[in-house]
Amino acid sequence: MARRRQAYDGVVLAAPVTIPYQRFSTDTAHWWIARALSECLRTAGIRPADLDGFSVSSFSLFPDTAVGLTQHLGLSPRWLDHIPMGGASGIAAVRRAARAVQAGDVDVVACVAGDTNHVDSFRRMLSSFSRFAQDASYPYGAGGPNACFALLTDHYMQAFGATKEDFGRISVAQRDNALRNPHAVMKSPLTMEQYLSARMISDPIALFDCVMPVAGSEAFLVMREEDARAAGLTHAHIRSTIERHNAFPEDPIQMRGGWAMDIDELYAMADARPDDIDLLQTYDDYPVISMMQFEDLGFCAKGEGPQFVRSKDLTIGGDFPHNTSGGQLSAGQAGAAGGYIGLVEAIRQVAGAAGPTQVEGARTAMVSGFGMINFDRGVCSNAAIISGAGE
Amino acid sequence: MTRPIAPPPRKNPQKRTRVPTLPSGLRSRAALGLAAAAAEGRFMLQGCEACGALQYPPRDACSTCLSIGLKWRDVKPAGALIAETTVRISTNVYFRERTPWRIGTVKLDAGPSVMAHVHGDVARGARVVLVNRLDKSGQGVFFALPMDGSADMADDPQLRELTADPKFRRILVTDARNENSVALAKAFADAGATSIFVGEPEGWRPYPHRAALAAVSNVAIVPLDVTDTRSVCELAGEIGGKTDILVNNSRFMRPGGIMDRGDTVFARDEFETNVLGLMRLAQAFGPAMSGRGADGVNSAVAWVNILSVYAYANMPAYGVFSASNAAALSLSHCLRAEMAPGGVRVMNVYTGPTEDEWHQPLPPPKVAPSALAKSVIAGLKDGLEDVYVGDVAKDLIDRWRQGPKVLEREMMAQAGEG
Amino acid sequence: MDAIDNRSADLLAQMAGAIASGGIEVVDLTHTLDQDFPVIILPPEFGQCARFRMEEISAYDHRGPAWKWHNISLCEHTGTHFDAPSHWISGRDIPHGNVDEIPVDRFVGPVCVIDCSAGAGEDEDFELTPQIIRDWEKTNGPIPRDCWVLMRTDWSKRRGAAYLNMRDDGPHSPGPTPDAIRLLVEERGIRGFGTETVGTDAGQGMHYTPPYPAHFILHGAGRYGLQCLNNLDRLPPTGAVIVATPLKIKKGTGSPLRVIALVPGKDA
Repeated sequence: MARRRQAYDGVVLAAPVTIPYQRFSTDTAHWWIARALSECLRTAGIRPADLDGFSVSSFSLFPDTAVGLTQHLGLSPRWLDHIPMGGASGIAAVRRAARAVQAGDVDVVACVAGDTNHVDSFRRMLSSFSRFAQDASYPYGAGGPNACFALLTDHYMQAFGATKEDFGRISVAQRDNALRNPHAVMKSPLTMEQYLSARMISDPIALFDCVMPVAGSEAFLVMREEDARAAGLTHAHIRSTIERHNAFPEDPIQMRGGWAMDIDELYAMADARPDDIDLLQTYDDYPVISMMQFEDLGFCAKGEGPQFVRSKDLTIGGDFPHNTSGGQLSAGQAGAAGGYIGLVEAIRQVAGAAGPTQVEGARTAMVSGFGMINFDRGVCSNAAIISGAGE
Repeated sequence: MTRPIAPPPRKNPQKRTRVPTLPSGLRSRAALGLAAAAAEGRFMLQGCEACGALQYPPRDACSTCLSIGLKWRDVKPAGALIAETTVRISTNVYFRERTPWRIGTVKLDAGPSVMAHVHGDVARGARVVLVNRLDKSGQGVFFALPMDGSADMADDPQLRELTADPKFRRILVTDARNENSVALAKAFADAGATSIFVGEPEGWRPYPHRAALAAVSNVAIVPLDVTDTRSVCELAGEIGGKTDILVNNSRFMRPGGIMDRGDTVFARDEFETNVLGLMRLAQAFGPAMSGRGADGVNSAVAWVNILSVYAYANMPAYGVFSASNAAALSLSHCLRAEMAPGGVRVMNVYTGPTEDEWHQPLPPPKVAPSALAKSVIAGLKDGLEDVYVGDVAKDLIDRWRQGPKVLEREMMAQAGEG
Repeated sequence: MDAIDNRSADLLAQMAGAIASGGIEVVDLTHTLDQDFPVIILPPEFGQCARFRMEEISAYDHRGPAWKWHNISLCEHTGTHFDAPSHWISGRDIPHGNVDEIPVDRFVGPVCVIDCSAGAGEDEDFELTPQIIRDWEKTNGPIPRDCWVLMRTDWSKRRGAAYLNMRDDGPHSPGPTPDAIRLLVEERGIRGFGTETVGTDAGQGMHYTPPYPAHFILHGAGRYGLQCLNNLDRLPPTGAVIVATPLKIKKGTGSPLRVIALVPGKDA
């Protein structure tokens, strides 16, 4: 590493908020974002007009952006951000907001992600998701991300001998976790038999490999540690982060994400090792991508993902707690809030405030983000290690 | 292996004809280059003029060196199928009606990986040859075929969606009097067309090849004069609902330009037949065809115009004929846009001088009726939009692409030589 | 206006009464203008006679809600038609040789019908000769001056390809010989000559001297032609009057028209 990166000293993540998801909603993204922001500010005792920083991620705000929301919601921030990175939005928001708070450009940044889900909004979004998707993947069966991840999964299975059952372990464990999360959309248990006999969506992707698009929102604050303490807010420290876009373009098909380029830096900055991680929140729109994250984030070598999941218990009470709220696979994918779900849960976990999904003794969590199937693969990847106030 | 398609049964008159739906036709401007290549059946990718890197998906700047000099170039279409899936749930109605639908990731030997439709006879992980074809939306898409072909390859249901194969289809060829009608009818019969209607204008006067035409299997000679609205409408009333491929083969031509003719009489005939004839046919047959774009194995699938390549650049010795073909070419673009919602292709077949009485004094090369017919069938089987038949047509379109103004001067020089 | 001549007024009144009562029969000698009705065919490098065409302008629809009408297009010499002297090179300098200049009284006149249907039935190249004309006069009296002469062949009953009867050496249909036309024009002084075929000349008329003698001699002498006539079998050899009024086309060489015949009733 050429130069040591500055630590995120004095900045914390606080006031984690999750607005319970709904399968379909007649309300708008504005409505969902307003609810999460309101809850967040209420917790912190900040009047909307006094909020000086605002960061937004959403797919269904069109034709508005963060700019329109300031007027819509009566905010007068001096620092404004709009992050269109889908599943990588949460950590990207943290990285930007934390540096701005550290530099004194802003005091408090409310980071909010939310989307609505109308009956036909998913179909509409797919057809014009990105230029490359419109030009080079949507015309091929219009299977959307299901088909793209089916190709990645098919290739991964051929390359490393992964079986359907290996992916099933991830889905089944997350359903176990979701049953402890009262807000999860999926409320019935899932057995391996049910997983394996589910109907095919896009071979080898079957029903329980897919997330359920829902409406929902998530939020947290980025602020000075002293302010959080003074307000008595639940909070967490940022120990390290990495971010990478369009990594390994030469790979003929995605077998790794950008984490693989920067993972050493993530651990070095936090002065941590994989063993120090008490729980992991991966971006889990499909099990295969969680398996790739186990590898690329340093928990096992490339190609050992199948063996890793066979040897680990991924539930809240297990030896490798993973996606403790049930993740998107069982709690639902609320659009861009899918890039926040793991991060917000991780803030609660390391602060000991996760309630029914709390991992006992959790102090340090790793969160990874992954976003935007621009064409044939996810382009954005990032990760963070956060710790509770005691660390 | 692909099961050969069976002759379609007679249509159930109690069932609603399936309304044509389309795959998404939204594309960036750069990606339209793929449609342009597919229109001629070429497999092309953008290449960087600065560093040589091939690009996919189509873009506006080189992803290796940021040069904006990207040019479409022919690329060796070989590769390997490195991943595949069968889409069973689709958000798009067109695919939803046609699932399961096989797609895959193909790593091209030339470099990039592409997503492609995959033929049923391609084995898992096999080597493939890619073709660039127009889908029902009229946009270029990649299709992976078995490297060495397979028996009944053209009958693969996914592939047949991208072609206008005459097999089991009902054809209308206009202008039985045209010297090429026998060759066209024979070619369609050989390609497995179920019935070949050949439109005959002015049945009150004989022509030499009528007996030969009537002797071709599956041929029915029917009255049709494209200069007569009533005649066109009457035939459309009879067979418009079962015309799957229409070949507009009517042409009126006389040598001559503007001043040597001294009147507009032949010009009127040329425009009546070559331009308004196309329009009359389209008004009478177009709506039914475009409504039957998804009507099963023998859906309406293509409209063919036989045009002179001098539609692109005026040949002064046939100056007015050239002008009428330029008008027809323009009209064909209008027709293509109007037929697009039905997924019915408009294919223009451009020919240079043909072997007939009106080109008799011209030196070779000339296009023989059999060569023209062969190109029509091949173009339909490949689902093309633009087919250039013979050396003269190919040469002219190359020159036109290099520079229409320079070509105009070259055409003038030809006129000067007499 | 001058005082009315009472005798001619009575005549006209009687005629009107006779037409109304059926005492005078009005016979239509015209074919329907039909897109499929044959026209004369010349070698293709020459300009051609336009076929009859009809395009709907509106039909009580969005193009015109309360009315239906058509644009029609055709040649001066399409369908049942009139040939003026200016149609042929021999008649190009004839005064009043265009349809718009011909005095209208020329359009109404008596008619002699020479029945050649038996001969034409046996021989498609049947010729009307001076001998046939003289034989006819033996039975029906001399052909009066300034009279129309129509050659009945029953060719109008032919349909489709049989009408032009085109073969590799051209069309085959009956018509007058040069001498027959000379006899009618120069000696009998007829007003015009009419046929049921596509032209006043025989199908093979280009091989006579002069070629196309009916056209050449008739029009050179300022006489008229009628072609593609119908229903000649309903006319008596003499005694009928025809009304043949071409459209008043400026400098027109001919015109499609409705030809009617006024035919005396049969004895009761």
